[in-house]
Amino acid sequence: MAKKRQPPVEKASVQLLVNDVEITVPEGTTLLEAAKEAGTEVPHYCYHPELSSPAQCRLCLVEVEGAPKLVPSCTTTVAEGQVVKTDSESATKMRQGVLEFYLVNHPLDCPICDQSGECDLQDFVFSEGRKHGRSKAAKRVIGRDDFGGDILFYGDRCVMCTRCVRFMEEMEQKPILTVVERGNRAVIDTFFEQGLEEAEWAGNVVDICPVGALVSKDFLYKARAWDLEHTPSICPNCSMGCNIEIHTRDNLVQRFKPRKNIEVNGSWICDYGRGGYEWLNQGGRIEKPTMKDTHEPGNGTQEPFGWEDLLRGLGARLKESAESVDVIASPVSSNEDLGAVLGLLKALGGGKILYRCPTSAEEVKLPGKEGLRRTNQLAPNVDGLKILGAVNVGDGSGAGGLEDIGASNSTVLVLGDRLEDQKDGFAENAGLLVYLGSHASQALSQADYILPITTYVEQEGTFVSSGGRVQRFSKGLEGPHAARPAWSILNELTNIISGSSDGDNVEEAFQKLSRISDAFTGLSYEDIGPEGVQLDAVAKKD
Amino acid sequence: MGYPYSHASEVSIISKHFGDPDARTLEGWKKRGGYEGLQKALQMGPEEVIELVKDSGLRGRGGAGFPTGLKWSFMPKDSKKPHYLLCNADESEPGTFKDRELLRWAPHQLIEGCAIGAYAIGAEQIYIYCRGEFFEANQVLAKAVEDAYEAGILGQDVFGSGKRIELTVHAGAGAYICGEETGLMNSLEGRRGEPRIKPPFPAAAGLFGLPTTINNVETLSAIPHIVAKGSDWYRKWGTEDSPGTKLFCVSGHVRRPGNYELPLGFPLKELINEVCGGVVDGNALKAVIPGGSSVPILSADQVEDCLLSYEGVQEAGSMLGCASVIVMDETTDVVHQVMRMSSFYAHESCGQCTPCREGTAWVTNILKKLLAGKGTEEDLTTLMELTDQMTGTTICVLSDSVAAPVQSSIKYFREDYQKLIKGGEVNG
Ligand SMILES: Cc1cc2nc3c(=O)[nH]c(=O)nc-3n(C[C@H](O)[C@H](O)[C@H](O)COP(=O)(O)O)c2cc1C
Ligand code: SF4
Repeated sequence: MAKKRQPPVEKASVQLLVNDVEITVPEGTTLLEAAKEAGTEVPHYCYHPELSSPAQCRLCLVEVEGAPKLVPSCTTTVAEGQVVKTDSESATKMRQGVLEFYLVNHPLDCPICDQSGECDLQDFVFSEGRKHGRSKAAKRVIGRDDFGGDILFYGDRCVMCTRCVRFMEEMEQKPILTVVERGNRAVIDTFFEQGLEEAEWAGNVVDICPVGALVSKDFLYKARAWDLEHTPSICPNCSMGCNIEIHTRDNLVQRFKPRKNIEVNGSWICDYGRGGYEWLNQGGRIEKPTMKDTHEPGNGTQEPFGWEDLLRGLGARLKESAESVDVIASPVSSNEDLGAVLGLLKALGGGKILYRCPTSAEEVKLPGKEGLRRTNQLAPNVDGLKILGAVNVGDGSGAGGLEDIGASNSTVLVLGDRLEDQKDGFAENAGLLVYLGSHASQALSQADYILPITTYVEQEGTFVSSGGRVQRFSKGLEGPHAARPAWSILNELTNIISGSSDGDNVEEAFQKLSRISDAFTGLSYEDIGPEGVQLDAVAKKD
Repeated sequence: MGYPYSHASEVSIISKHFGDPDARTLEGWKKRGGYEGLQKALQMGPEEVIELVKDSGLRGRGGAGFPTGLKWSFMPKDSKKPHYLLCNADESEPGTFKDRELLRWAPHQLIEGCAIGAYAIGAEQIYIYCRGEFFEANQVLAKAVEDAYEAGILGQDVFGSGKRIELTVHAGAGAYICGEETGLMNSLEGRRGEPRIKPPFPAAAGLFGLPTTINNVETLSAIPHIVAKGSDWYRKWGTEDSPGTKLFCVSGHVRRPGNYELPLGFPLKELINEVCGGVVDGNALKAVIPGGSSVPILSADQVEDCLLSYEGVQEAGSMLGCASVIVMDETTDVVHQVMRMSSFYAHESCGQCTPCREGTAWVTNILKKLLAGKGTEEDLTTLMELTDQMTGTTICVLSDSVAAPVQSSIKYFREDYQKLIKGGEVNG
């Protein structure tokens, strides 16, 4: 379990006036953060709340009554009774001036720039800049540089905020990036031949670059920012539970971006997690629920059926054949899926749940953010599965461990695991073999029932992180027309078997968990909110 | 004694032995009264030394003229942390060449001043950050430090007092910005020479984040004399607000350019006409930069009654800075000179602050355009506006240093600009 959160240290509060709005903030708050509190976003480039502040972009200067000159709001802290004006004549004039300076050498190549539409230079100049620039001289040309790994550098667009340099120095603590030269010849560069291919968190420099100077090769020219839908989610590629935004277009995932959560990942995600999204776009989907045609022995094909008939039939078969039930779950299964499995097993008189999970020998830490790391469990809900009683089997690659499964009188339920390591005809002697999967499985092509489920991006639900935090993910893609969340299918089966009538919605699917595990007691789906809830904290509450 | 020329009006305290190779040696320096100040200081309490320097009214000679004793008194008194004394010997301001002579001719005077300063502020480690291009100065200084260590003047037990004072000379790698105090600290730490945002001020968190005092070579060179002879003695020269003597580095269109040590408050006109032998070729005086390239230019009219004290030069409309007097006669193309200065600053800007990084280069471009005869009246307005935006908006004052000569030259020498503007509306 993660370290218990310390109770916040009580800091004296300070009252001040920002743009005529009276606010009270803790001592030591910067004027920039205080202004946010008062509803004003002070434009800035070099400041980043999770990095040191060099106060060098000079864009966030504000007027403080009584101060001889404008002060940088990113490093100046609040004082009692202070009167701060971010929009005074002098502050506004200065900002306009600084923005004009930024454009002296900026190429204004927005039409071919990946950042266009989510660019702080574009936004600030559009809202506050001069209509016409006065610099007529030729612009400085630096050109494009491959920084290694997934990172490309367009030097001409750079605003020299040095966030990337500070990220590598302070967060990843591999000072691969630096500023070389000085004056307006200054440029970001790697040290000689050493590049970002040696980094494991380098993608973050693209996120924090306020302009299009650092871009991702993977995303280059793939989509315009304004065409992307943003879905809050959780990174599926390890058990850390980093909060992410999934950016989609044309019902395809285009990229993962970190979503800020100070308790988990701050503003960062690792390159491994960021890069692992292609499987969510993969074809070979199971389109329709089918069952093996039992009327023509030896035929072995599966006939498409409607959900209702099919589940009724399956319910009946489960009821009569359930001597021992083995469930092979996937570590990407949600808590709701597991809750539904447990509900079904209870109706059937018990059974066991196994799962396999690919692991990695090494964790990948981000030294600057305590606790943040790519864990060695390469799936998002290992801890949820554990809490709910699933048992890990198999080896470190997520294979094997199923030798005892498939006895002739048993029922085998495979949930999400494609069993890629298994031979064709897996558990063919089992009394009943059911596969709930998103993608077709060779090993399970002879299953009695093949039921299409949605991937985690095609539904909503919750995972539990390695730190014991339950967190929600949302729906960002449309699954195949007939596919349903696994929990929805399983809960319907339970209703059929036990004559119950539990509702078919995620809130109720989540609610079942509190009946099954103490860890979830007293928690509702709505309680979880966008940043998740620490489970041990919930357990403590009672 | 001035160097290479001297003049009867001079009061030679810190420059007394310029040109005398024997004074460079430890023995020679001792013969001339050297290290008496340090020995006296070691008999006094550190607080007493600080008080004495405060009473003398000595002001920093690095440009800002901040009272030295007051600066020393900012150092924490009962902290357990190591303290540092830094000596700023990075002298790179165009027109300034006084520290170089102090380093070359009186290295022991500086070592003595540093040791007294270190004792007063409770530092056991001194760094002299010496401009890298000063090859001779670096060599002379290295030899002097070696000799001082050998004689027990530096090291574990300074003059048998039980005090430990170490001194390290560090040669810079060629950046004007490393003369800015916090840029110097970054450079000493092995980082990019970039000024730091203040606060924190050096006395709270300076070199390696520890309490630090930084003083200019000339400031520290005056210390041994003040300690040896007292504050009243030092106040015999200069004015109430600018006591003592100061080296004036005079360059440009005068007959006898060079360093002259004069009491503060000396008339600028007399410096040019008497001490330096007047403007070359009997030409008329056009302009004077009284304090190094980063201060406003004075027109001949303003020079008339200007007294060379901190307050006197300010009254005349400029700043004493480091007292680097650049004299320009009627043949001078002011716009060209201003462009040379702004090119220097554009080249030397560290590049952190947007107004400085982009502004210095842009201003230089406009000046070049004007000099090429392609300028317009509008460019002058732009120059004034840009330099306004470069003043008071950056981390250090390098940016303001471009604004000063540009704005003052447009104000007092507008006709020089207008002669260059073709096709624009020429007013006179
Ligand atoms: C751009 C810039 C360059 C500077 N260069 C020097 C220098 O070369 N030598 C120096 O003594 N002070 C220089 N200074 C002033 C120092 O920052 C600092 O004020 C001085 O060393 C303090 O010493 P003092 O109190 O004895 O004058 C420079 C300041 C700026 C802003
Ligand atoms: S004003 Fe210029 S030289 Fe000074 S810190 Fe800023 S960019 Fe560097």
